[in-house]
Amino acid sequence: MKRLGPFVFERRLAPTRTAILGYSLLAILAALVVMSFIFWAYGVSPIKAYTVIGRTTLGSRFGLMEILRRTIPLLLCGVGLVIAFRAKFWNIGAEGQLLAGAVAATWVALFSGVSGPVKLPLMFVFGFAAGALWGIIPALLKVKLQVNDVISTLMMNYIMAYFVKWLIYGPWRGPTMRGFAYTDLFPRDAWLPLIRYSKVHWPTLLVGLVAAMLVALILSRTRLGYEIRVVGDSPDAAHYAGISFLGVSLWVMLLSGGLAGLAGVGEVAGIHHRLLEPDHVSLGYGYTAIIVAWLARGSPLAAIITSLLFGLIFAAGDEIKVTLQMPFQITGVFNGLILFFLIGVEVLLYWKVGLVRKGKGWVGKAGS
Amino acid sequence: MTVYLPVLLYYANIMAEKRTDAHPDSLASHQNVALLMRDITKVFPGVVANDKVTFELKVGEVHALLGENGAGKTTLMNILYGLYQADSGEIYLYGKRVRIRSPRDAIRHRIGMVHQHFKLVPRHTVAENVVLGLDGAPFLAPARAVEDEILQLGERYGLKVDPKAYIWQLSAGEQQRVEIIKALVRGADILILDEPTSVLTPQEVEELFKILARMREEGHSVIFITHKLDEVMEVSDRVTVMRRGKVVATLSTADVNKPTLAKMMVGREVVFRLKKVACERGQEALVVEDLWALSDRGLPALKGISFSVCRGEILGIAGVAGNGQKELVEVITGLRRATRGKVFVLGDEVTNENPRRIADKGVAHIPEERLKRGIVPEMSVAENLILKRHHRSPFCHGFFLNLRAVKRFAHHAIEEYAIMTPGPDTPAKLLSGGNIQRLILARELSGEPALVIAAHPTYGLDVGATEQIRQILLEQRRRGAAILLISEDLEELMSLADRIAVIFEGEIMGEVSPEAATLEEIGLMMAGEKRRVRR
Repeated sequence: MKRLGPFVFERRLAPTRTAILGYSLLAILAALVVMSFIFWAYGVSPIKAYTVIGRTTLGSRFGLMEILRRTIPLLLCGVGLVIAFRAKFWNIGAEGQLLAGAVAATWVALFSGVSGPVKLPLMFVFGFAAGALWGIIPALLKVKLQVNDVISTLMMNYIMAYFVKWLIYGPWRGPTMRGFAYTDLFPRDAWLPLIRYSKVHWPTLLVGLVAAMLVALILSRTRLGYEIRVVGDSPDAAHYAGISFLGVSLWVMLLSGGLAGLAGVGEVAGIHHRLLEPDHVSLGYGYTAIIVAWLARGSPLAAIITSLLFGLIFAAGDEIKVTLQMPFQITGVFNGLILFFLIGVEVLLYWKVGLVRKGKGWVGKAGS
Repeated sequence: MTVYLPVLLYYANIMAEKRTDAHPDSLASHQNVALLMRDITKVFPGVVANDKVTFELKVGEVHALLGENGAGKTTLMNILYGLYQADSGEIYLYGKRVRIRSPRDAIRHRIGMVHQHFKLVPRHTVAENVVLGLDGAPFLAPARAVEDEILQLGERYGLKVDPKAYIWQLSAGEQQRVEIIKALVRGADILILDEPTSVLTPQEVEELFKILARMREEGHSVIFITHKLDEVMEVSDRVTVMRRGKVVATLSTADVNKPTLAKMMVGREVVFRLKKVACERGQEALVVEDLWALSDRGLPALKGISFSVCRGEILGIAGVAGNGQKELVEVITGLRRATRGKVFVLGDEVTNENPRRIADKGVAHIPEERLKRGIVPEMSVAENLILKRHHRSPFCHGFFLNLRAVKRFAHHAIEEYAIMTPGPDTPAKLLSGGNIQRLILARELSGEPALVIAAHPTYGLDVGATEQIRQILLEQRRRGAAILLISEDLEELMSLADRIAVIFEGEIMGEVSPEAATLEEIGLMMAGEKRRVRR
C-alpha cells in the first residue's frame, strides 16, 4: 500500500477480464475526448467530425471495405507482435519485416521467372521467409551478444527502408515507368484477387484470420507456446527449467517477422502491384501494429478486434483529410493518444485507488 | 463539496496525530533512553517478520542487534527508519511518542541509516552525494557549501574522505564513510548500521570500529546490525538477540560470551519432533570433487569443495547465507559454470551440463528463490506443475501439449501435497508462500528423483507448512533419494540430516554428526571460528 497526498494505492494482483476490457474502453474514450479538442482547435465541431467519420466509415459499404483493407496488414503484423510480446521480446521492427516481405514478393513477381497459379503462393512463402530472416537477425544479436532488442529491431527498419529505396531508384527501377521511382507493374498472375468494387485482397485477410487462430493454438496448446510464455513471464524460471533462450527467441522472431512479411506481400500484390517508396508501401502499419498488439494484451484472437479498431482509425483518417480538410497525420496523433491513455490506465489495472481515512477504511474507490 | 472531503479528512488525520504526540508516555521517560520501540509487530504475507518486538537504545551506547538472516533485524530497523509501517506497536524517542512515516520523518527525528547496499550516485562527487536532498542547501554551488563540513566531520570522527573525489573511485570502506557523513550532516543522533562489515576488508573493519568508538564518545547512539559474534564482542556495549521475529534477550556484552550468543542466535531446542527411521545408505547419488566457482561479482565463491551424498541419506549444509551455498546449488544444477572440479550424478559426470540434461537425470531442485525461479507467477498452478517436464511424456507428444494429462496431474498433485488453491487454473502468484512451496515440491518430487537438492526449503514458512515439508523430505529419504539440504536453520539440520557439513567463505569447515555435535560447536564453525579436519 502506498500513499500519495490524500490518495492510497493498494496493489491488485490479478485484474479481471471485465476490468481489462472496461479500462481499455475508458482509455479509448479518453483519447476520443482529447481528440475532440484537437478538432475544435482546427475549427471543426467535434460532434460534426465524429458524425462525418461514423457515416463515411461504418455507415457505407465503401467505408467498411476501406476499414477491412487497412485491417489486413495491421492484423498480420499485430498477431506477430503478440507472439513476440508474450516472450517479452520487444519487436519494434514489424515495419522493416513487412518491407522485407514486400521486397521478396516483388522479386518473385518480376524477376523469378515463375508464372501461373504457383506464383502467388510462392510470393507468400518468400515473403514469410524474408520477414522471418529480418526478424531472426535481432534475435541472434540479443541472445548471443546481449544487444538491446528495442534498438536493434528499430534500426533494422531503417536499413530495410533504405534498401527498398535503393532498389526502386537503382537496379529495380521500372524501364516502362518513364523515370519514376517504381518497379514495373506486376504481371496479372501476381495480382491478388479483390472483393468486388473494393481494394480488399481477401486471400491475405483469410491468411491473417487463420494466422490469428493458429497462433492462439500455438500459445495455449503446444510445447513451443508454453516455453514462450515461461520465457516471457519469468526468465529466471525459464533458465531454471533448462529452456533454451536461443531456441525460443529464434522461433518467436521467425513467426513474428514472417507474419509481418506476409503483410508486406499483401500490400504489394493486392494494392500497389509494384514496389514503391517504403512509406507508400506501408503507412506505418508496422508501428501501429505495436498498439494493436498491446491493446490485445497477449491474445491473438483479441488482435482481430483491435486491428479492426485501428483499421477504422486509418479509414477515418482518409475521410478527415478529404471531407474535413485536415491533414492525414491526424491518425498518428490519435494513435499516440490511445497508446498514451492505455499505458495510463495500467496504473488502475494493478493499483486500486482510494482516499486516506483515519484507520483502515476506504472512502470512495476509483474502479474495481 | 465532495471534492474537498478527501482534503479535509487528510488534514483531520494529521491533526489527530499531532494530539497524540503531545502525550509523552511515562514508561519511556527514563532520562538516558534514546529510543524505545515497544511491542512492534509487522506481518508480511505468510510471515511474521516482527512479533511484539521491544527494543531499547540508551544514549551514547553501541547496541548490537544480533540474529540470523530472516530473524527480523532489518525489518525492525526499516520500521524505525520509516521504510515500513509497523502493524502495531509504538516508537518513543527521548520519552516522546513519535510516528515515523518515511525516511524524511526519520531524518527529521535525527535518525540516520547506513544500508547494507550503499545508496550513492557513483558518477557524483562525495560532496554532491552528501548535499543531495539536504534541506537548506543553497541553490547555487550546493556541493561547495558542504565541503568544509565534510572535512570538519572527517577530522572529528576520523572519517577521512576527499569531498571532491568521485564515488566510483572510492573503496567500499570509503563509500561507507560517505554514508555515515551523510547521516551526520543531517544531524543524526541515532545511527543505524545494517551489516556494515559485510563489504569491508579486515583493515577497514578496524577503522570502522574506531569511528564508532569516537561517535560513542561524542554522545551518538549506534545500532549495529550483524550476525557475526566477534563484532558483537568487540564493539558493542549491549546486545539484543533476535530469532524468528522475536527478541530472545537483551544483555550487557560484558556479561556474555560467544558460545552463549551462538546458542541464543540459532535456537536452543528442537521444536519439531520428527519420526526419523534409520535408513540404509545406498549408492552414491552425488559426488562433488574439488569444486571451484565464481560469484555474480566475479569473486571466488567456492574454493575447492568436495563431498558426496548417498541414496537414503540427508547431507545438511550449514552456514550463514552468502558463504557459497547459492553458488554450490547452482553449479550442481547446471545454472552456474564451475571453473574447476567435477560433479557426478549417479556415477555420470554432469559438470557444466545444461540444466535440462541434469534435471532429466533425476535431479530435483527446490530453489532458494521460490518466486523468482521456482514458479512462473502469471501461469496457472497446473502449468507450473509441469515446468521442467513439459517437454516429456505424458505432458507432451511431439509438438502438442496433452492438456488432459496436465490437468489430471494437477488434480492429483493438489490433493497429494494439500496445495491450497481455488483450482488448477489459478495463477500461481495468488498462492501463499507455503502453498507455492508445496507446488514446487509436488513438481520436483513427483518424478521420484534420485537426488533432491533443497535450498532453504522452509525459510519464511509458517509452522504447519514447515512441518509438512520436513516430513516430505524424510519420506523422500526413506524412499531412497539422496538429499542435499541447504539451510541456515540449525534446528532443521539437526533434526533432519544424517551428516552436517559446515560451509564458510566457500570452504567446508568440517563435517559433524547431529547426534554428537552441539549447537555451539556448529555455530562457531559457521562463524569461521573453528575448523575440523575432515576424516
